[in-house]
Amino acid sequence: MLPGVPDSVLIANRGEIARRIARTVRRLGIKVIAVYSEADADLPFISESDEAVLIGPAQAALSYLNADAILAAAERSRAHAIHPGYGFLAENAEFAQRVIDAGLTWIGPSPDAIEQMGDKIRARNLMAAAGLPVAQGSAEPVTDADDALAQARRIGYPVMIKAAAGGGGIGMTTAADDDQLRAGFDTASSRAERFFGNSSILIERYITRARHVEVQILGLADGRVIALGERDCSTQRRHQKLAEETPSPGVGPELRERMFAAAVRAGESVGYRGAGTVECLVDGQTGQFVFLEMNTRLQVEHPVTEMVTGIDLVEQQMLIADGAEVSFGVDSVKPIGHALELRVYAEDPIRFLPSPGAITAWEEPSGDGVRVDAGYAAGNVVSQHYDPLLAKLIVHGQDREQALARASDALGAFVVTGPKTNLPFHAELIRFAEFSSGDYDTSVVTRLRPLWTDDVGVHGRGPRAVMIDSDMRRYA
Amino acid sequence: MTEIRAEMVANVWKVVAAEGDTVGDGDTLVILESMKMEIPVLAEGAGTVVRLAVAEGDVIQEGDLIAVIE
Repeated sequence: MLPGVPDSVLIANRGEIARRIARTVRRLGIKVIAVYSEADADLPFISESDEAVLIGPAQAALSYLNADAILAAAERSRAHAIHPGYGFLAENAEFAQRVIDAGLTWIGPSPDAIEQMGDKIRARNLMAAAGLPVAQGSAEPVTDADDALAQARRIGYPVMIKAAAGGGGIGMTTAADDDQLRAGFDTASSRAERFFGNSSILIERYITRARHVEVQILGLADGRVIALGERDCSTQRRHQKLAEETPSPGVGPELRERMFAAAVRAGESVGYRGAGTVECLVDGQTGQFVFLEMNTRLQVEHPVTEMVTGIDLVEQQMLIADGAEVSFGVDSVKPIGHALELRVYAEDPIRFLPSPGAITAWEEPSGDGVRVDAGYAAGNVVSQHYDPLLAKLIVHGQDREQALARASDALGAFVVTGPKTNLPFHAELIRFAEFSSGDYDTSVVTRLRPLWTDDVGVHGRGPRAVMIDSDMRRYA
Repeated sequence: MTEIRAEMVANVWKVVAAEGDTVGDGDTLVILESMKMEIPVLAEGAGTVVRLAVAEGDVIQEGDLIAVIE
């Protein structure tokens, strides 16, 4: 983004996040260039853009993951910068480097920082060396079942088996004994090979009563790293987040201070620039936390941080990418009130099975403290090719109680017909005593839906769903 | 005879069973893919697969026949 030149940003993403990024880009008086697949031509993020470039067919591998097509679109539209959003190419160091090599501004961290955090074993060892607490686990990639067994016995059951190259909950499974370990290792390593082309496995101690708490960091243009607050993302199904809130009801001032300091150290150790998130697990019994992974991009749930701080994180990403100062007082950030985000998915609210289809009616709630980041409108078709996120309902209140009350009202006013949605699930969640008390952990959904949320599928009758990332199935 | 039908729009990613196979209750017949999830379709009861109505790569609609078990 050169001074005096009409600036433009190409958004290499789709749906709600493409639209949310465009809102800031437009507000700053910068041209919005959208790219889209054949399946997305009618979506709001296209009609609202200043220019839109078709990059390929519906399959993500041929469109939103197609670096050549996106770079060609950037050249054709004379884009000055690329914002990758989350998912797709956002954490692809090679793509980031190609954007930079093409003379464009990459709105994200350096390819080197992406690379260093991309491998979970490497990131874990790096963070341990930087003084962050990590769970007991394997410091080297585990590549065979006997080694896996030896590691698990040394660490002590239960353990978590993870793909070293994975992310987003893909291929993660737990094991409570030797038999489960052997079975879980086979599944995890074959999936890791298939999805990531790398069968390396990381085995870590599994903390059973844990909260998933992450810290939003910003690496500033001048090299400083700051923490902007935490988000509690313990409400999950299939290791995927359903609801997030800030502040975390399970984190007190002393723990918060230690977590922020650790997150800042994590960012500093890789010379981080831009928005990033340090994910941790907090042991509910001991009050201790361990580093889980770092996401080197804008997070899906970033709006809760924006709601309590009043800071537009996309704007800060753009300023930092441009080498400029951020637009808020770095030393005077004071979060106000409580914010909650509910992810509205096109899925059956009981069994969490996907439900693509045509949207016949779409009415969003509004009111004090209510924000909706939506990717769809009435008349759109929700394709089976992409993830089920339709919209995010974000509410803010002066305290948690008011935020939950506003969420409840907003859910009642949110109408989506056509695909099944999890709006009814969220209404139940808000009323579920464990959640509303604030004293919940990463297993809260398994207690609300005891039959339908097992790691590898649902018990009993009917289909079981396994969370995968088919976008990543490059080696199938 | 049990007809097994699709519960959602999906791509048929893998066909695991073949016509003529003897399957047990809960065995995986095919694996569907929709919205970045793999959804194994299971045999509802033991028997013989007398018909497999889908092939890998097919796009199927909600209610489409997947298999018949006898």
